[in-house]
Amino acid sequence: MTWANILIQGALVGGFYALFACGLSLMFGVMKVINLAHGDIAVVAAYSAVFLVPKLHVAQLWAFLVVVPLFALIGYVVQRTLLQKAIDRDPFTTLLVTFGLSVVIENLLLEIYSANGQSVNIGELVAKSWQVNSVIYVSDVSLVVLGVAVLVLGALQLFLSRTSSGRLIRAVSDDREAAQLCGANYKHVFGVAAAIAFATVALAGIAFGISTEFDPTAGGINLLYAFEAVVIGGIGSLWGTLVGGILLGVAQQFGAHFNLEYQTLAGNALFLIVLAVRPQGLFGRRVSLNE
Amino acid sequence: MSPDTNESASASTLLSVEHLTVFHGQLCAVDDVSLRVGEGEVLAIIGANGAGKSTLLRTIAGLHRPASGTVNFRGEDITHDAAHQRVRAGISLVPEGRRLFPSLTLEENLLVGAHRAAEGPFDLARVYELFPWMKDRRRGKVFQFSGGEQQAVAIGRALVANPKVLMLDEVSLGLAPIVIETIYEVIPDIVSHGIGVLLVEQDVSQGLRVATRVHCLLEGKTSLVGTPASLSAEEIEHAYFGAELPSTAGRGEPS
Repeated sequence: MTWANILIQGALVGGFYALFACGLSLMFGVMKVINLAHGDIAVVAAYSAVFLVPKLHVAQLWAFLVVVPLFALIGYVVQRTLLQKAIDRDPFTTLLVTFGLSVVIENLLLEIYSANGQSVNIGELVAKSWQVNSVIYVSDVSLVVLGVAVLVLGALQLFLSRTSSGRLIRAVSDDREAAQLCGANYKHVFGVAAAIAFATVALAGIAFGISTEFDPTAGGINLLYAFEAVVIGGIGSLWGTLVGGILLGVAQQFGAHFNLEYQTLAGNALFLIVLAVRPQGLFGRRVSLNE
Repeated sequence: MSPDTNESASASTLLSVEHLTVFHGQLCAVDDVSLRVGEGEVLAIIGANGAGKSTLLRTIAGLHRPASGTVNFRGEDITHDAAHQRVRAGISLVPEGRRLFPSLTLEENLLVGAHRAAEGPFDLARVYELFPWMKDRRRGKVFQFSGGEQQAVAIGRALVANPKVLMLDEVSLGLAPIVIETIYEVIPDIVSHGIGVLLVEQDVSQGLRVATRVHCLLEGKTSLVGTPASLSAEEIEHAYFGAELPSTAGRGEPS
């Protein structure tokens, strides 16, 4: 029964990792940008839910209705200004710029809100759980988060594969120059991809803020887990990211079962094994037409 | 053999390039080149490797910035327009190496090509008529296609945007002669709609066969301009290689 519990709890936390990671995966897939500020953006979203949303007389439970569209807009603007300028120089500059952004965000948050722990307050809902049997309890919040993750990834997959905007994103991701020769303004397409990435990471940030206490430096470790989920699942595969997140979650629960200190270690070990044995990830594709 | 048509001055000019100079770093890839393409005209740019042919086309498409000179399209100066704006205006380039979207199906490649299409004779159905084999394989991923098939898709992807000027960069590269033949078969159909074609060919005989006019580049400079009928093999050979060659066998085609 403990094994079942490890699997269930791992899958639940894995859903959160996948939700967190899909924006990272999208930005890397489309713009080839590794956004080192990804985790910090999620933390800003959580802070917005705690401090900004109540000012608008919206309950923190419904924060996502305000924060997600706001972050989509911010994502588009940041991409068209800061990140595009970095991309125009070279890939290394994007690493420096997003790293700088991460440092700036963390310190601004520390300056404004101090290092005190915060959490998104949704009242008694957070403590609700569902009893599977005598030993296994499933928290309602993490079940909802897993559901949202599956929904978001599914919707994103449909958007990319079935709509003309999604097709354009895939085309730009394949070959930016050839897409320009088809009349696509790739900078706008980048902006749209960043808007989606920021929206999903904002959602993940709020989910994070509901289930755990957070402080200004919480972004880093989440970025690491998101990155591991993407690499395990394989770049360019959204369902792969979900599977990667769940495998990472299960590995961590498995480690924690023996010793709580082994939680992160077990996840990192899985990450390294996948990287060594199958560097393109479990569902990664290796398609190359040009050269 | 070669279709010798009336002089270009009579055709209305679509694209005119004036004194274009383009640098790759310190290297002057295109040096003071001027050319015109009119409606229904086929201008073949020939020249050896590194003569600046591809750079010239890519600059006209907006992928490189010229150091000096202008690119004019239907009377408007488009020298500073972005590449995607030029496509929407009516200039399409089929790039060297085909550059299809490997993770997209054949039909999706064409749909991306058509996503900002102008009004005009070409759409997906028309392209499927031009290349009948495509219809049955439109859901196939293009990376599984042969080189000739990929080249046909690349041309189709450019055509569905309904360009006024179609630029083809080395469409015959790496293809079997019989395949090249079928690719070039569609050119008369394209030209019949008044589309001006600007093509780059390393295979001189192929260029001469389809062109109404020929423009030879040598180390970035214009070395010869004329109609295929008016040019002798010796003239072309000299313009292509530069120096006089000891052999004067009279063949215009490089080995």
